[in-house]
Amino acid sequence: MTGSFRQRMASLHTWAGLLVCWLLLLMFTSGTASYFRDEINLWMKPELHGAAMRPASATQAGIAAVQVLQQRAAQAKHWFITLPTARTPYSRATWSGPDGKLHTALIDPATGAELPAARDTHAGAFLSRLHFDLHYVPPQTGRWIAGLCAMVLLVSLVSGVIIHRRIFRDFFTFRPGKGARSWQDAHNAAGVFALPFHLMITYTGLVTLMFMVMPSAGQAVYKDDKGALLSEIHPSVGKPAKAAGVPAPLAPIGPVLDQAQRHWHGRAAGTIGIANPNDVNARISVTRAAGGDLSNKQPAMQFDGASGALLATKGDDASAAQGTTVPATKGGGVGTGMAQGSAVPASSADTTSMALATHGVLYGLHIARFAEPLLRWLFFISGLAGTAMVATGALLWAAKRQRQSGAGARLVHGLNIGCIAGLPIAYGAYFWANRLLPLELAQRADREVAVFFAAWGAALLLAQWRPGRAMWRWQLACGALLLGGLPVLNAVTTSTHALAVITRHAAPLSVAAFDMTVLALGASLAVAAARLGRQPKRTPETLAPLSAMREVSK
Amino acid sequence: MNTMPRSPLFTAVSRTCAAIAGGYAFAATAAALLALCLPLPRADAVVTATLLSFALYAAAALRAFAAPSAWRAWAELLLPALAMALAARGLA
Repeated sequence: MTGSFRQRMASLHTWAGLLVCWLLLLMFTSGTASYFRDEINLWMKPELHGAAMRPASATQAGIAAVQVLQQRAAQAKHWFITLPTARTPYSRATWSGPDGKLHTALIDPATGAELPAARDTHAGAFLSRLHFDLHYVPPQTGRWIAGLCAMVLLVSLVSGVIIHRRIFRDFFTFRPGKGARSWQDAHNAAGVFALPFHLMITYTGLVTLMFMVMPSAGQAVYKDDKGALLSEIHPSVGKPAKAAGVPAPLAPIGPVLDQAQRHWHGRAAGTIGIANPNDVNARISVTRAAGGDLSNKQPAMQFDGASGALLATKGDDASAAQGTTVPATKGGGVGTGMAQGSAVPASSADTTSMALATHGVLYGLHIARFAEPLLRWLFFISGLAGTAMVATGALLWAAKRQRQSGAGARLVHGLNIGCIAGLPIAYGAYFWANRLLPLELAQRADREVAVFFAAWGAALLLAQWRPGRAMWRWQLACGALLLGGLPVLNAVTTSTHALAVITRHAAPLSVAAFDMTVLALGASLAVAAARLGRQPKRTPETLAPLSAMREVSK
Repeated sequence: MNTMPRSPLFTAVSRTCAAIAGGYAFAATAAALLALCLPLPRADAVVTATLLSFALYAAAALRAFAAPSAWRAWAELLLPALAMALAARGLA
């Protein structure tokens, strides 16, 4: 391989990018959609829209959830409550039944009533799992593939910056209607516009998978004791307790939640775990709601479930921890002789160390729970820019080889159509299926997912059959209709649609926001389809064929 | 060191494998050694080393394509990896 360093980096960028671009399109689109996972959840469960109109405090919601659990599962070994947020307006109570199975109830925090079961759907969870599990492969395999794609993307980003001589000037250059040159400009613009985001989201994506894909450091230090590593990184608050078999009424949850909120300087609880409820050894663990800071690691407090007394705290901010005294922090937990990780160094017990805080922030940056509406939209737009960067890169590769007519070029053309124009069809079909599949259908949630892949598979196959301009137009128009038609579908199938929000304030705002967002996405696809129809067939760019393979090999 | 002419495809594939497999070996052994050496509580050392490993991996993959030849790419990644693995074994 001869040629300058920059030329070698260019061929690396070209071929590494081509290798993973179609999978990256799937990961970027589903990951970007996941920023609005909670809103998508709400849109896809219209039965719950009513609860969204009656906000309630965390304490009020916690009291209501415990009441429901006392009625439904007083004898369960463990209760778990997720309190409502501004984005998810209902509480979720989970308990393990006598058969060991998990049961869930959704609770309206304002009325305290159990909500009727919503339609069976994986909703936003499917999209967020899709972007690292890849659905049809075993989860472990999917995550390895996703990790490899992220690594290749990281290398592509760095090599892209290296080969990009005039990174600032080129950013302001756009020469439309010039074939490969235009795709190059668009690729540069999309890449550079959100470069910090691209680097951040790629690296932090690897961080979310790091103990799976890079276990060597943990193995070197912890040998085979993987449990110890995980419990030191994610320490549980206080010590576990075994049920004594002596009944005792559960302490009221309201004062516990109020005390936690005071301890966290006004920030409310997000989740409550109750072990051995209604036993003398009951333990209540309260974890702070995410959202006020970058980290995904939130402080937690443990209370005695019978007396309501504070037993332990974990992960307090350094400033908060100084001013608080915890009575008997490690105080004689009952039946904890076998508590794992008895050699836990004190550093990770009460306040979080620098390394763990960094890990928490990097992880938190990826999942972006902290992002309030404006920043969340910026992340969403950056995610779309990432999608555009990958898409224009793939189109650029094809445009530079327009005059080649081998099977390889044909395959690439088809994959480009099937992934760039075909994926919007898949997302649109998924949302249509959510409204149109009969509610009583068996395994309805899985059927919705099947519709997603059936639509995408059809788009991919059709694109391979006839990869040309007409197929581009047809698929773009199809995606535009499906996405742009969703507000109409929502208005026809529910009473809580965008118009109800605007005219009567009778539906949650996020439902209208979803309708408007898919309408805008559909409109931009329609513009793309229309533009493709208007332009006459261009003469192929006269670019010297890039003999990159030869370049690599010299 | 190698007089036999190699096909372009062979060299490209060789470099790619060096970047992916050799780069991983380099990053993984470096992370293990770093975790053993860092003067931090063990959980912190492991987290720090693992967080850094992906930057090392990216650098190693770039080096695999920047090296003068495919053989050099393999050698420059695997020899340090071997040395670091031995050092980590000695420390552990």
